Amino acid sequence: MEGSWQLKNPYDFLTEMGFDLPDKNQSLDQYLNYIDEDMLEDIGTNKEMIYASYDALHGQLEEESEVKVKSILIKGGFNKDGEKEPLDILLKPGEIVSIVGPTGSGKSRLLADIEWLAQADTPTGRVIVINGILPDESKRYSFDEKLISQLSQNMNFVMDANVEEFIRMHAESRNIKQIDEVLETIIKHANDLAGEPFSLETPLTALSGGQSRALMIVDVAFLSKSPIVLIDEIENAGIDRRKAMEFLVNAEKIILIATHDPVLALMANRRLVIRNGGMYKIIESDESEKKVLEKLEKRDRETQKIRNALRAGQKVQCD
Amino acid sequence: MITVSGPPSSGKTSVIGKTIEALEKKAIELAVIKFDCLSTADELIYEKKGIKTKLGLSGSLCPDHYFVNNIDACFHWGLKENVDILITESAGLCNRCSPHIKGILSVCVIDNLSGCHTPKKIGPMLKFADIVVITKGDIVSQAEREVFAYNVKMVNPKAKILHINGITGQGAAELGRLFLSANDYQNLDDKKLRFTMPAALCSYCLGETMIGKDYHIGNVKNMKL
Ligand SMILES: Nc1nc2c(ncn2[C@@H]2O[C@H](COP(=O)(O)OP(=O)(O)OP(=O)(O)O)[C@@H](O)[C@H]2O)c(=O)[nH]1
Ligand SMILES: Nc1ncnc2c1ncn2[C@@H]1O[C@H](COP(=O)(O)OP(=O)(O)O)[C@@H](O)[C@H]1O
Ligand SMILES: [Mg+2]
Ligand SMILES: [Mg+2]
Ligand SMILES: [Zn+2]
Ligand SMILES: [Zn+2]
Repeated sequence: MEGSWQLKNPYDFLTEMGFDLPDKNQSLDQYLNYIDEDMLEDIGTNKEMIYASYDALHGQLEEESEVKVKSILIKGGFNKDGEKEPLDILLKPGEIVSIVGPTGSGKSRLLADIEWLAQADTPTGRVIVINGILPDESKRYSFDEKLISQLSQNMNFVMDANVEEFIRMHAESRNIKQIDEVLETIIKHANDLAGEPFSLETPLTALSGGQSRALMIVDVAFLSKSPIVLIDEIENAGIDRRKAMEFLVNAEKIILIATHDPVLALMANRRLVIRNGGMYKIIESDESEKKVLEKLEKRDRETQKIRNALRAGQKVQCD
Repeated sequence: MITVSGPPSSGKTSVIGKTIEALEKKAIELAVIKFDCLSTADELIYEKKGIKTKLGLSGSLCPDHYFVNNIDACFHWGLKENVDILITESAGLCNRCSPHIKGILSVCVIDNLSGCHTPKKIGPMLKFADIVVITKGDIVSQAEREVFAYNVKMVNPKAKILHINGITGQGAAELGRLFLSANDYQNLDDKKLRFTMPAALCSYCLGETMIGKDYHIGNVKNMKL
């Protein structure tokens, strides 16, 4: 793989599928002319499928850039007792909305409704409207991948690759052209979040929980084109949460975060309260609440300082 | 009828179970037929959930060959039992056979843990499926999910891709909706396999793709129903 993403030539495309080809630099049609039916059968494919795959590989380029989300409207459905939800909520890019409520109240369900672009066809009866229009049926399947990124509780990678290979692979699947620049940005910012440094050569499976989480967030902010980020309870990740949110906000994402973490809940300007499966009310976070946030963050920084001192083998004391 | 295939342990039983749960409120009669080589506990898992089940063990034959030799009989069993949706589960053990039949909704279940190059290695059961279900997304990162789904799209650009969590059932209601809108048939006569199966000993080894007793020649094992 070179520095920039390139279209796969027919030779590489077919040999990767397992075809044995005599010479390079021919067109797909030429190759398919002398590949006989038996050979196709052996590989378990047919000409039609090969053309479709090849087109898909190239078609992606135009498709992707189209998805521009200017707003999401969540139209209220019903709570667990079938009572109408009293509100709708409109979300815009660059905004964080936190979702709070007891365990089992329906926070994850709300995120799932958005992920599925619900059209009154989930248990809640909610309707998700993107850019003021209802997504049509065929779009829903092609949409969801590109529209929504999710950060869930899982804190580990399973892919057998190092950080650089991983980023390149992801960039390729997203048709990103300036891979080298992206590599540099991602590793730098991931290290900003993680505290403990790691490099492009570090194997993914050797990353600590905090490092993995940092890489996942930065990857979503800088590599994923999805305009919507859904975050489900990522507390205790051991990363700089404020910076993490800043990266996502600066990337003009619409961020929904279900959380029990008071710092994350208060970082959002608006907080959606979920009760008994329903959206119950929206609270705007005002100046006095921001003061509470500052206090919490100050306390966090102190804890961090003590943690670092202990790690470095120092004694600690009250000031 | 709906054919569900996928590599061993990819989450077929979990996905079928969750999808049936999601459909339960709709009051339709469902049954599952599980095809496997050796023993399997799937039958018990389905029974525990109160799902009508039949098991076919192929022994020395490739399960997919065994599948196609028995599928029309299974279909008639389903009709007799007044089953509205008959689901078949088969583990594509050789990665080259595929149970999918033209005109019949076909699902391939693969999991995110199997490695991002796996989609390229799976044969017709993935390439010729209408719906590809990707499981175990809970265990991997967003980026890994994206790379995996991209690789699936590259080998089967026409399929609908659904992400389903086999444990929580997230996404299963959506698959259920697609099940409900699947085509309906009174028989399988004259239906054809989407793709030929490689050699063994029966008529289908010789390239036969037509379904129905008239086309069974050679080493045919019939399952007890
Ligand atoms: N974490 C996680 N585990 C899953 C998921 N789906 C299935 N599993 C687990 O994967 C294992 C295999 O699932 P099965 O549904 O039995 O797989 P199968 O494809 O039917 O397997 P065979 O019939 O034996 O080929 C089980 O332990 C499931 O609990 C998922 O989405 N996430
Ligand atoms: N409005 C609703 N109607 C019906 N079921 C609901 C509703 N909201 C949530 N649920 C169900 O309640 C259960 C718990 O919700 P969940 O989203 O997991 O809660 P949380 O994430 O807040 O812990 C889930 O099974 C979910 O599908
Ligand atoms: Mg939850
Ligand atoms: Mg099974
Ligand atoms: Zn086989
Ligand atoms: Zn055979």
